[in-house]
Amino acid sequence: MSRPEDTLSADVHYDDVEARKYTTSSRIQNIQASMAHRALELLDLSSPSLILDVGCGSGLSGEILSSLPPEEGGPHVWIGMDVSASMLDVALQRDVEGDLLLADIGQGVPFRAGTFDAAISISAIQWLCNAESSDVSPQGRLSRFFNGLYASLKRGGRAVCQFYPKNDEQKKMITGAAVKAGFGAGLLEDDPDTKNVKVYLVLTVGQAVVNGQTGDITGVVKGMDNVDVMDARRKASSGKGEIKKGSKAWIMHKKEQMERKGKVVKSTSKYTGRKRRIAF
Amino acid sequence: MKVLSLNFLSCAVKGCKSSSDSYPLHPKDAELVQDDIEVNAQLLINLLPRIDWTALTTTATELGFPALPPQAPTPEELEADEAKLKDLHHLLMETQIMEGKLVCASCGHEYAVREGIANFLLPSHLV
Repeated sequence: MSRPEDTLSADVHYDDVEARKYTTSSRIQNIQASMAHRALELLDLSSPSLILDVGCGSGLSGEILSSLPPEEGGPHVWIGMDVSASMLDVALQRDVEGDLLLADIGQGVPFRAGTFDAAISISAIQWLCNAESSDVSPQGRLSRFFNGLYASLKRGGRAVCQFYPKNDEQKKMITGAAVKAGFGAGLLEDDPDTKNVKVYLVLTVGQAVVNGQTGDITGVVKGMDNVDVMDARRKASSGKGEIKKGSKAWIMHKKEQMERKGKVVKSTSKYTGRKRRIAF
Repeated sequence: MKVLSLNFLSCAVKGCKSSSDSYPLHPKDAELVQDDIEVNAQLLINLLPRIDWTALTTTATELGFPALPPQAPTPEELEADEAKLKDLHHLLMETQIMEGKLVCASCGHEYAVREGIANFLLPSHLV
């Protein structure tokens, strides 16, 4: 499938025609709604909150936030940011309840510190990986966005950003930028290895422990069904220094390393790593 | 744009990040509209500790509202006094700025507000 991110910037791509098409397509509406519900589930808010909708577009996800019934913790109040004026125009015509802001998320998040309980972003942050002019870089845009978002969330707050990464490299770049800004970051993939894979970046601010759960993503998904946790974080003791240099284990490790590099390595036998007998 | 949002917005210009004048933004030539929105008491109580009362007082005076009490009400007071809650709800949620400008006191940058949407796009040399 073609990626609009590759050809144009967000504010140019979503012109009046494209914005209308996007909002009236029932297929997109359904996908957006299911992703917004999933993001809300990950945010796990128990009482009415102030939420930032990053890349709110025509307010498809915001609608769900403001229509949430009280027994599920709603209705939330949201403030939406988007760079496309046409999208916001459609949002105005649809009479959404949240406040709208015409702003480029790559320029930062213009709210004072500790404003929001949570942030949600549906199919938006992959646009940050594009730079249209030579005076901005994807890295700069990503770091401005994540730094701004980090500051504007309250301690113990969460952000869930669903995005469409182009490749693994882009996924790494986005998560890396989030971690650098200070977030506890984790990726949740729904339907992995299929065409319909949905990637959610779950960000946590501060190491707040709520109801005995840790604040990071492993705490967030705890208790959810059908979620496999793959923790790639380095453990406290990294194993380095435990193997003595020159020992058999060290030699085996080196041989493996060389083999992986594609070098010719002598086969291992019972004599490997043994001391030679003194000849005289 | 709600007065509530205005209470959280600060100037987006890079040079203003360290200046204390960049918050709050001052409304200029503002056209106000009153909307009818259902009162959400729990939300207001949740939000109250985060609202900057001094900034809100300034904004309210600039928009031509009667002066607010100098001290912010406590959540308990708000819960007990329905009239207070209604007043706060009216100011924060129902009052909306439709047209006008938001001016930063530090750099003087004017953010235009049109049809209730504030324009926070900046030229790249200000980011």
